[in-house]
Amino acid sequence: MGVRSWFEGWPVYRQLTGTDPLGRGAAAKSDGSRSLTARTDTADSMARSVCPYCAVGCGQRVFVKDGQVSQIEGDPDSPISRGRLCPKGAASKSLVTSPLRQTTVRYRRPYGTEWEDLDLDTAMNMIADRVLAARDETWEDVDAEGRPLNRTLGFSSLGGATLDNEENYLIKKLFTATGALQIENQARI
Amino acid sequence: MPHANALYGPLDPAPDAGYENPPPRMGFFTDTSVCIGCKACEVACKEWNGVPESGLDLLGMSYDNTGALTANSWRHVAFVEQPRSAGWATPAFEEQPDGPSVSPLTAAVGARTGTDTGTDPGLSPGSPAVAARMSGGPEFLGMPGAQPPGRGSGAEGRTDFRWLMMSDVCKHCTHAACLDVCPTGSLFRTEFGTVVVQEDICNGCGYCISACPYGVIDQRKDDGRAWKCTLCYDRLGVGMTPACAQACPTESIQYGELDELRERAAARVAKLHERGVPEARLYGHDPNDGVGGDGAFFLLLDEPEVYGLPPDPIVTTRDLPAMWKRAGLAAVTMAVATAIAFLGRRR
Amino acid sequence: MIVIQGSNMAEAHPVGFQWVMEAKRRGAKVFHVDPRFTRTSALADAYLPIRAGTDIALLGGVIRYILDNELDFREYVVAYTNAATIVTEDYRDTEDLHGLFSGFNEENASYDQTSWQYNGDESNGAKHDTETQRETAAGLEHESHGAQVNGQTQRDETLQHPRCVYQILKRHYARYTPEMVERVCGIPQDRFLELAQAWAANSGRERTSMLVYSVGWTQHSVGVQYIRTGAIIQLLLGNMGRPGGGVMALRGHASIQGSTDVPTLFNLLPGYLPMPHHADHPTFDEWVESIRHPGQKGFWGNARAYGVNLLKAYWGDAATAENDYCYGYMPRMTGDHGTYQQVLNMIDGKIKGYFLLGQNPAVGSAHGRAQRLGMANLDWLVVRDLFMIESATFWHNAPEAETGEIVPERCRTEVFFLPAASHVEKEGTFTQTQRLLQWREKAVEPPGDARSELWFFYHLGRIIRERLAQSTRPRDRALLDLNWNYPTHGPNAEPSAEAVLYEINGYDVASGRPLSSYTEMKDDGSTAGGCWIYTGVYADGVNQAARRKPGAEQSLVALEWGWAWPSNRRILYNRASADPEGRPWSERKKYVWWDPDKGEWTGYDVPDFEKNKAPTYRPPPNTSGVAGIAGDDPFILQGDGKGWLYAPSGVLDGPLPTHYEPVESPVRNPLYRQQANPTRKVYTHPINTLNPSPPQEHSDVFPYVFTVSRLTEHHTAGAMSRNVSPLAELQPEMFVEVSPELAALRGLSHLGWAHLVTSRAAVEAKVLVTDRVTPLRVDGRIIHQVWLPYHFGFEGLVTGDSANDLFGITLDPNVLIQESKVGTCDVRPGRRPRGQDLLDLVVDYRRRSGNLVHRYPPMVTTDVADSSSDQEA
Repeated sequence: MGVRSWFEGWPVYRQLTGTDPLGRGAAAKSDGSRSLTARTDTADSMARSVCPYCAVGCGQRVFVKDGQVSQIEGDPDSPISRGRLCPKGAASKSLVTSPLRQTTVRYRRPYGTEWEDLDLDTAMNMIADRVLAARDETWEDVDAEGRPLNRTLGFSSLGGATLDNEENYLIKKLFTATGALQIENQARI
Repeated sequence: MPHANALYGPLDPAPDAGYENPPPRMGFFTDTSVCIGCKACEVACKEWNGVPESGLDLLGMSYDNTGALTANSWRHVAFVEQPRSAGWATPAFEEQPDGPSVSPLTAAVGARTGTDTGTDPGLSPGSPAVAARMSGGPEFLGMPGAQPPGRGSGAEGRTDFRWLMMSDVCKHCTHAACLDVCPTGSLFRTEFGTVVVQEDICNGCGYCISACPYGVIDQRKDDGRAWKCTLCYDRLGVGMTPACAQACPTESIQYGELDELRERAAARVAKLHERGVPEARLYGHDPNDGVGGDGAFFLLLDEPEVYGLPPDPIVTTRDLPAMWKRAGLAAVTMAVATAIAFLGRRR
Repeated sequence: MIVIQGSNMAEAHPVGFQWVMEAKRRGAKVFHVDPRFTRTSALADAYLPIRAGTDIALLGGVIRYILDNELDFREYVVAYTNAATIVTEDYRDTEDLHGLFSGFNEENASYDQTSWQYNGDESNGAKHDTETQRETAAGLEHESHGAQVNGQTQRDETLQHPRCVYQILKRHYARYTPEMVERVCGIPQDRFLELAQAWAANSGRERTSMLVYSVGWTQHSVGVQYIRTGAIIQLLLGNMGRPGGGVMALRGHASIQGSTDVPTLFNLLPGYLPMPHHADHPTFDEWVESIRHPGQKGFWGNARAYGVNLLKAYWGDAATAENDYCYGYMPRMTGDHGTYQQVLNMIDGKIKGYFLLGQNPAVGSAHGRAQRLGMANLDWLVVRDLFMIESATFWHNAPEAETGEIVPERCRTEVFFLPAASHVEKEGTFTQTQRLLQWREKAVEPPGDARSELWFFYHLGRIIRERLAQSTRPRDRALLDLNWNYPTHGPNAEPSAEAVLYEINGYDVASGRPLSSYTEMKDDGSTAGGCWIYTGVYADGVNQAARRKPGAEQSLVALEWGWAWPSNRRILYNRASADPEGRPWSERKKYVWWDPDKGEWTGYDVPDFEKNKAPTYRPPPNTSGVAGIAGDDPFILQGDGKGWLYAPSGVLDGPLPTHYEPVESPVRNPLYRQQANPTRKVYTHPINTLNPSPPQEHSDVFPYVFTVSRLTEHHTAGAMSRNVSPLAELQPEMFVEVSPELAALRGLSHLGWAHLVTSRAAVEAKVLVTDRVTPLRVDGRIIHQVWLPYHFGFEGLVTGDSANDLFGITLDPNVLIQESKVGTCDVRPGRRPRGQDLLDLVVDYRRRSGNLVHRYPPMVTTDVADSSSDQEA
């Protein structure tokens, strides 16, 4: 840095020589303030999304920097929400980046007193085993009059109102093919 | 040279602060008559500005669990439950909520936060009074006449009631005492006429805190620095709306050019008066008030005190010019001498 | 005008509320009816406090006011509703039978609907076994639009025939006078009249009024009838199918509408097709005919195509005409397999495994203790969530662990917690509250082991199919023949959500071309489609749900933002926005109209009518299906094309809404001898104790009414808000709102503790004394109500007792939803006891209320207290 530019960068110099003799504005602007910019402007990408809380369906813009969500705010283009969000929608970044989010599989064995770690593949295979075993144990071919039942009441499921249509479609499809009837979600509750 | 009104009276602050051809002065108009108390402003502000948690305490001040504007809450929604004085039936309660608290003891408990908010002074001096009113419980309401409401003349009297909500924020005063007293140049006036703390400069001296006539600016204990609303200076710079105004579902918080907002606000008040809401009034809009008008002003439905706002704020540095005429000259001389000495050594 | 009732819109749907504020700015009047003064009331022009559970009495009063003063929109009512239709001679009203309708069978507490039918159509109801309909929540099928009517109806358009619907309606609501409204609801007469007058005055050709409700209406033992009452008013005033009108259901979860359209519900298949019942639908043809109702008018006439397309989408090439498109693979219902029946079965050890997918019944479902004890008696439990929720940690942290009822060392349940991907970590569609599908783009990869449900179920299915690959058992054919080939991508082999959406939309089997409309669906197996009402969302191979044309660049209807079912229509039955001749009712309320020059329907929205069917079209006699709908019949999914003031079938607890007291009420029904809904679904299980209500003895042990709902700052069972710091701090503790009067009566102090006791549980909360809760004068007594948020549980940044623990389980007969908006309780100062003392306290209350041996009130009320027909369990 040249002496001159260093000197000119000195607030008092700016204050005395510039338009801001009281040093309360332009002359007091710090390096940090001068280089300030909105992080939405410097995001790597932006995804058009929808708020995950209630069913109003407010548009969200999800800004991403270095593979991390850096900001979520209302999408002004949405004719439903016009860019606005309620406190929950406005907290979406804190929701998806919450330090309390679980990111690993946890396992509690029967009669266990602690959580244990479990590999995701192992968990998937253990769950498949249990689904098949429960199904076989409780399978009903026909009713007392010989009419088809074709089902298991050995296991059930609850949830779906927070999931995507595509997810619900696969859940219902798989359960139905498995013969499992007992699927429910918040729409009943 | 400084404007004649540099420290008091009407002024366009950005040119006065040395900006040549600055953009129009920007600000907030908060219309409390359409506020639904959702607190989206509080959350959107925290999300954008990375403001830390401000304590997990049930304050008992209606639905206000934030308490006040602090270093960790740059927007604060106040809730005031009150019987309505004008309405279709007899007032339900004898005592008005802006009267004194009946049970100061309960009030004190209600107003005190259980855990440290991590800020200093924390809840502003204005707030416990509000808290007291809200936390007086059944006693605060008094017992109207011989019978509790709802029993004597039916339930009708009880519905004569209103619930005021207001999102409070730094006022970005035309004459900002915090900025006038800041010895480090951390607090500065932006080209938009707003008042911002520069965290890369602030040394935590705390002078600004006692200077603020609204009790807005506050110190964060863990880092010692002063923090408050920046009117999202970073967003303004790229033409975006501040986070709180962007989120506000009902346009209670409106952001824009201050001149235009003042016109809009005047029209809104007129409209409300026409619709039978005579209590609607503006607060902080007047360039001739004690702070030269606020950059963030409000439409209220009751006296400012009801919301915990000072009725007649005055810039605490109003009398400074006289005091500084001599002291200032000395200081400048000293500064120049120091500079010369410093530069000489550097050479 | 906007009437908000059974909804706290400003708090629960704040961003939607901007449109209420917009209307208000333009001069609309907003009325809010609610048990307590909320943030919605604060912004309303008028607020009416109401006793929880009495909305039908209030709305019935409005109906009476409209009819008595002939304020209905007569031209609309005669042309578009069934007001003129004549009902059978055998029909008897609640006026004649002390609150029951004709056809009640005391044996199974359900109705034979024969006598309710339209004249000449009596054979229709006899086919109905309403008990089975109740057990299978049949009211949900066809989304209730599809109840059938055969042949031609007899009508008296002068509305004078004593058995025409108009006259029946008039008689039925004759006793819902302003005085009665005041006696039942606690609403002063002048306040009631203010509402009724404003509603009637703001409806007609030039004006419309809108009705808004949420689960404050649905979660009742008479919930469906609450909404029916609102619909009757809106039909009488001509507010259906018109802009600014309608009955708006504000739904509470991002895709709860989607999860009924593409259901994860036991009794439904996609597009509101019924899950097969073992007795009613043994064969494919019987299943289809039960939906189609041969001879019926309207769009359900094509049900065969909808059914075939679903089965083709499920079983692909294996589904052929010869094998009835694999209909035989479908599991069959035998009765009630709903979530509450499941929980009781878990307690009884009949269910081995349980999946929880973003849902937290330990906090969010009624009778939390039953939920937790049920989960503690499973073999295995899979919890998929973002956070470690109460339903995953009940085995060591539940209140029952504190009382010793659940001991980890003796609790068998094996728990798998699998982290879920958040909404920004996967792509897919949500269907919001107005049937609009919106596609979400994926922003980032999910962290660690977190995966989407799409991933989980696709790979679970893949593993299961691999395990069974060599199987020759017939039961495994359905899995092995399943069309389960979805392309995957990325490091985690994520299945393509767009491929699933394409299948839901439907396609031509031979060419793979996506279908544009459900009218293209064939019943010969040449097309396949997973959800007929969603057909068109992938029209032209374009993901229509991903459309994002800015709202500012289109009309207010915004047809190019997302995609609404059916056929991108934004207001259903919008044919009714034009008069019978097809002209707009008024210039102000112009929306969809007939263009005689072009010979087609046109307007701001997609017309909800056959495009080229002229208003003058009249079907030849006995025409069925779509062709049976006349050119002036706007309600095209109804069997007679009319809006139903009176429901001859399809609603199990009566053709007309009738006020019954909540199952737990401190008040004897002032309107009828019948106390509560005689057809409600009751579970006589030892864990399901109910508080006594009049005329039973000891109802005074639980003298106060409690109700629960949401806060703006939290979300449902709390996982998505109590774990999020900027939300948790805004409402950091469980609290109860009480009136100053009740506080004085029970010695409660502001910010002190109180606990509430029912015969299920005791729950503690901090006290907020507030004038927003008001005692009501009901039938000469003062009734105190208290309110609690239901968001709290024992995990998260902020914790507290769960309000839903207080409820028992009693369900609406139509859809099997629980009554969780009203119950009775006692309120006591201080914290609740801990450990065994807590159990003792609840048992003591049960003893004092005469309920140590579980008793349930008789379904049909007699005036004798403690009737001998009590059931014991």
